[in-house]
Amino acid sequence: MEFAELIKTPRVDGVVLHRPFLPTVEGTLCLTGHHLILSSRQDNTEELWLLHSNIDSIEKRFVGSLGSIIVKCKDLRVIQLDIPGMEECLNIASSIEALSTLDSVSLMYPFFYRPMFEVIEDGWNSFLPEDAFKDLESMTDEWRLSEVNKDFSVCPSYPPLVAVPKDIDDETLRKVATFRHGGRFPVLSYYHKKNGMVMMRAGQPLTGTNGRRCKEDEKLINATLRPGKRGYIIDTRTINVAQQAKARGGGIESEANYPQWRRIHKAIERSNVLQESLIKLVEACNDQSHNMDRWLSKLEASNWQTHVKEILTTACLAAQCIDREGASVLVHGTEGTDTTLQVTSLAQIILDPSCRTIRGFQGLVEREWLQAGHPFQQRCAQSAYSNSKPRQEAPVFLLFLDCVWQILRQFPCSFEFSESYLVLLFEHAYASQFGTFLGNSAAERAKLSLPEKTVSLWSWVNRHQEIERLTNPLFEANSLVIWPSVAPQSLLLWEGVFLRWNRSSKCLDEAYEEMVHIIEYNKELQNKVNSLRRQLAQLETEDPLLQTP
Amino acid sequence: MTLVLLFQVENVKLLDRVSPRRSRVGTLYLTATHTIFVENEAGVRNETWVLHSLVCSLEKQAATSSGYPLLIHCKNFQVLHFAIPREQECQDVHLSLQRLSQPESYEELYCFSYKPNVDDEERQNEWDFMNLKADYSRMGLPNAHWKLSPANRNYKVSDTYPADLFVPESATPPVIVGSSKFRSRGRFPTLSYYSKENHAAICRSSQPLSGFSARCLEDEQMLEAILRSNPCSDFMYVVDTRPKLNAIANRAAGKGYENEDNYSNIKFQFIGIENIHVMRNSQQKMLEVCELRSPSMSDFLEGLESSGWLKHIKAVLDAGIFITKAVAEEGVSVLVHCSDGWDRTAQVCSVACVLLDPYYRTLQGLMVLIEKDWISFGHKFSHRCNHLVGDPKEVSPVIDQFLECVWQLMEQFPCAFEFNERFLITIHSHIYSCQYGNFIGNNQRERIQLGTHSLWSYLWTNRTDYINPLYRPDHSQTQGLLRPSTAPYCFKFWRGLYNRFDQGIHPRQSVEDYLRTIQEETQQLEDPGGRLHWWIHHQQPLSAKSTRQQRPHPPAPGLEPDVHLQPLQQQRPRVGDCRLELSFTPQ
Repeated sequence: MEFAELIKTPRVDGVVLHRPFLPTVEGTLCLTGHHLILSSRQDNTEELWLLHSNIDSIEKRFVGSLGSIIVKCKDLRVIQLDIPGMEECLNIASSIEALSTLDSVSLMYPFFYRPMFEVIEDGWNSFLPEDAFKDLESMTDEWRLSEVNKDFSVCPSYPPLVAVPKDIDDETLRKVATFRHGGRFPVLSYYHKKNGMVMMRAGQPLTGTNGRRCKEDEKLINATLRPGKRGYIIDTRTINVAQQAKARGGGIESEANYPQWRRIHKAIERSNVLQESLIKLVEACNDQSHNMDRWLSKLEASNWQTHVKEILTTACLAAQCIDREGASVLVHGTEGTDTTLQVTSLAQIILDPSCRTIRGFQGLVEREWLQAGHPFQQRCAQSAYSNSKPRQEAPVFLLFLDCVWQILRQFPCSFEFSESYLVLLFEHAYASQFGTFLGNSAAERAKLSLPEKTVSLWSWVNRHQEIERLTNPLFEANSLVIWPSVAPQSLLLWEGVFLRWNRSSKCLDEAYEEMVHIIEYNKELQNKVNSLRRQLAQLETEDPLLQTP
Repeated sequence: MTLVLLFQVENVKLLDRVSPRRSRVGTLYLTATHTIFVENEAGVRNETWVLHSLVCSLEKQAATSSGYPLLIHCKNFQVLHFAIPREQECQDVHLSLQRLSQPESYEELYCFSYKPNVDDEERQNEWDFMNLKADYSRMGLPNAHWKLSPANRNYKVSDTYPADLFVPESATPPVIVGSSKFRSRGRFPTLSYYSKENHAAICRSSQPLSGFSARCLEDEQMLEAILRSNPCSDFMYVVDTRPKLNAIANRAAGKGYENEDNYSNIKFQFIGIENIHVMRNSQQKMLEVCELRSPSMSDFLEGLESSGWLKHIKAVLDAGIFITKAVAEEGVSVLVHCSDGWDRTAQVCSVACVLLDPYYRTLQGLMVLIEKDWISFGHKFSHRCNHLVGDPKEVSPVIDQFLECVWQLMEQFPCAFEFNERFLITIHSHIYSCQYGNFIGNNQRERIQLGTHSLWSYLWTNRTDYINPLYRPDHSQTQGLLRPSTAPYCFKFWRGLYNRFDQGIHPRQSVEDYLRTIQEETQQLEDPGGRLHWWIHHQQPLSAKSTRQQRPHPPAPGLEPDVHLQPLQQQRPRVGDCRLELSFTPQ
C-alpha cells in the first residue's frame, strides 16, 4: 500500500514551525509514509520528526495566501506550521489527516521500523508468563499454570497461559468462563508473599435479572480461601451501576451464593466518562485567560483529579484487605479490562517493592495490562484533541500512570524509576515506533506476529543508556508496603504531562540536575575515600612497621 | 525554665480528625503559658504542647459518648480536638484558656516570661544581630541622591514610621513635614529599596488626603524629588495597590489617590489587591476547606476556588512583578501605597524586593527584608495577629500572604532560595507565638523589647535546619531578578502550612531531608578524604626508609589513617520519619 497515494505534496519549502519554548524555525517540510519532518535548510538537521500516529487532530487557518496548520498531538503538544501557498497547505493538511488516521494496524510504523540500536535482550521474551509462574512456584504450590486458553477460544482477551488454583481443572474453567463477562474467569493477579493472600481479577458474573448461578465459579474462588477465612470482592462500580448491569446480562455475586465473600462497591468511572474528563482537563490547562477562578473551576469540572482519587482509594482498599486484613481479594468491574486493571496494578505498586523497579514495572505493565487484555489500540486511538466522536477511546492507562506518579511524589525515594519513565510509557502507549502497545489482546498480538515483525519497547528501554536516563537518583530499596495518602491536598496535577507544553520546565530541570549533582558528587567522594583506604591498607601490610599504633 | 502548673485533667481524649482509631487518651495540663497533653500509653511519652498565645479560638461542642468536646484552633493552623470526661472540667479548661489566650496587656505576653538559658549580655547581642543600616549601605546608601533623614527621630512626623528614613537628597525638612501632613497617618513617601545598578527606587507611603480636589505643594515637590533622584528616568510610577473602587470611595472621606494632573511626570496605576477584611474572610474560608473531615476532590477544589485565596495571592505577586519590571527593566522609580501603607504596601514592596534582589532570597536577606518592610515600617503585627485581645476586624493574614508568595516562588525556582519551606513556617509560627520580641507591638515607637529574645538570632544560630540543599550562590537561578509565571496553574495550595499538622497527607519521604543528609555526609567525606590523601602522600617515600620516628604528623589533630566511615546511609530519612516537626518545647 501505497502511502504515496495519500501524500499529495511530499515536500514544501519555506515552512515556518512554531513550537512551545523553542525558537521558530524556517525549513523544508517533508511528508513520508509515517513521519512529518521539518528540516532547516542551513545545516540540514531535522528540527522536527513527528510520527503521523502521534497526531490527534489538525486545524487549518488562512490569512491571504499564507496557510497555517495547527497540529495537535496525542502527547498533548501543539505545534503550528506556516505554509506558503494555499494549495500546498491544503494538500499537506489532507495528507496528514489521511496518514494519521490509517485504520489498518499492519500499516503502522512499528512494522516498518528497523532499530538503529543493537538489541541485546529481546523485550518480547523478557516477560513470559511461564517465567513469572516460576517465581510464584518458589513461594507456593497452590497454583497451576493452565493452558486452557492456548488457542484463545475460552477467553479471547486472556493470554494462552493463566495461573489458577491448583485444584480447579480446565473443564471447570471452561464452565466458569461462560459465567463471566468476556469469558474472563477469575485468574491470579498477585500473590502476597508476606501472608499468602492473593488478588484475583475477572469479568463481572453473568447473573442476569433472574440471578443465574454457577457452582463452578463459586468453587473456583472459594478454592483460594483459607479454612474459616472470608475474602473480599471489590466491584469497581457503584451498587446502582452494578444492579443496572443485570438487565444487560451482567450482575454481581450475591451474598446467598457467595457467603464467604464480602462485596464492596467503589465508584470508578467508565471509559467514556474518563475520555470526556481528559478532554476537559487539557482544555483547562490550555486556557489562556489567566483567571484563577476560571482555572480552578475548570480543573474541578474536568473531574480528572476525582478519578485519580477514586482509583487510588480503591487500590488502597484492595491492598489493605490483603496486607492488613489478611484476606484474599477478587477485583472486577464490568469487562474486567479497564478499571479492574487500574486497581490490581496499583495495589501491586503499593504492596510489592519489586513493582517499583524499572524492570519490575515493565513486568507489571506486561502482566496486568498487555497480557491481561487491556485494549490499548482502542483506548489510545485518540487523545484529548480529537474532533471525532469517541468510540472506544479512554485514558485508562494514562490515569494509571498518573496514580503511580502520585505515589512516586509521596514516596520519592522508593521507586527505582523517575517521572520520565512514566511520561515515556504514556507517549509510547499513544504513538510509538515499537510494537509493544499495538493490538488489543494477546490473541491479536499473536495474529499480527508482533514479536516477529516489530521491535519491543522493552528491547530499547532495557539498554544501559536508557536505564541510566530513567533511573531515579534518590532510589533506595524499600521493602515496605507504601500507603499513599488520598486526601485532596495530597493529590497534585501531573504537571509533567498536562502542563508540559504550557510552562517552561527549565528551573525544575535545573533543580533536578542539581539534585543529581549532589548525589553523584557524594558517590564520587565515597569511591575516592574507599580507594585511598585500600591503598593504605596495602601499604600497611607491606610494611608492618607502619601499622597504626 | 519552669512551668507554673495551674491544674490538670485526667482521662482526656485527643481525637484524630481523620481517623477516630488514632485517638489518644492522656492527661491535660494547663500551665501559665502552655496547654500540654501527655499521652497515657506506657513507654511512650508522647506530648503535645500548645502555647496559649497561639490559641486562636475555642469551641465547645455538644456532649458525645466520649465526653465534652473542646476544639482549639491555633494560629499556626493546628486544630486540637479534646474530649473531656466531665462537664465541669471542660468548663474550667474552656474558661481558663479563654482568659490565658487573650492577654490584655503586652506584659502578659509569652516573650516576657520566655527565659532560655542565656545571660543578659548574650541576649543583648541577639538584638544587635539585625542591622538595617547595613542593608541600606549594601544598597549603596546614603549617596548623592538619597540621604538619611533625621526628621522622624522622635516619631514626631509619623508615629508609625521608623526613626531612620531615607529621603531624596533634595527633600528639605519643610517638604517632608508638608508632605506628611497630606498623607494618612503622616506616612510620607520614603525609600524602601534602591537599585544601585540603575538608580531606580521603590518608595512607599500612605494615601494622599486629596479628597475630591485638595492638593499639596510639598507632596508634589516630594514626588518631584523622588523622580529627580533617578537621573536616568523622566517619569515615575505611582502604584495604588487598592481596587479602583475602594480608592474612589476613600475620596469621600477626604483621602484618595494622586491626580495625574497635579503631579508632574507621574504615571498612575491601580492594582486591585483586596483589603484586610476580604483577606481575613478568604483565609477563613480556605481553612474551613482544609479542616473538612474527608472532603471529595470537588469539595476541596470548589472550596479553594470560592475562598478566593489563590486569586489574592496571585494579585499580590502580580503587583510585585509590575514593580519589579518598572525598576529592573524600565529603570523607573515607583511609589507604592494603599490606604495606610502598612499592609498591601508592605506586601508589594517586599515581594518586589524578593524578585529583584538575590540577597533577599538568602536566609539573612529574608530576615532583613521582614525587619525592613514589615517591622520597621509599622506593619501592625499585634493587631493583625491578634497578640492581645482586641478588635477582631483588625486581624488579617497579610504577612501570611507575603510568606506564601515567597513559597510560591520557591516552588517555581527551587534553586533560587537559600532557605527552605521550614524557614518560612518557623517564621510564620513565631510571628504569632509571641515567644520572641520581634513582632510585639504595632510599630517601632510602641515596641518594647526589654528582656525579650530575638527570633532572628535564634534562626541564624540554627540555620543548618533551614538551608535549601539545592541552593548554590553561583547557580544561574540565583542571579539577577526572578521572572515567575503567574498563569493560574502555577499557584498551588500550600499544604505544608495550612495542613501542617495533618501528618497523614504529607509526602512520606522528603527529598530535601535526603539531600541534606547526603550533603552532610559529603562534607564529612571531603574532610577525611583530603587528610587521607595527605597521609598517603607522605607515607610512601617514608615506607621505603622504614624509619618510624620520622613519620610526619598529620595535619589535623586526631587523625589516624583509619578514618571512620560509618554506614551513614542508614541515617538517611526513611519512610515515616521525615516529617518536619516544630514545637515550642522550652529549651
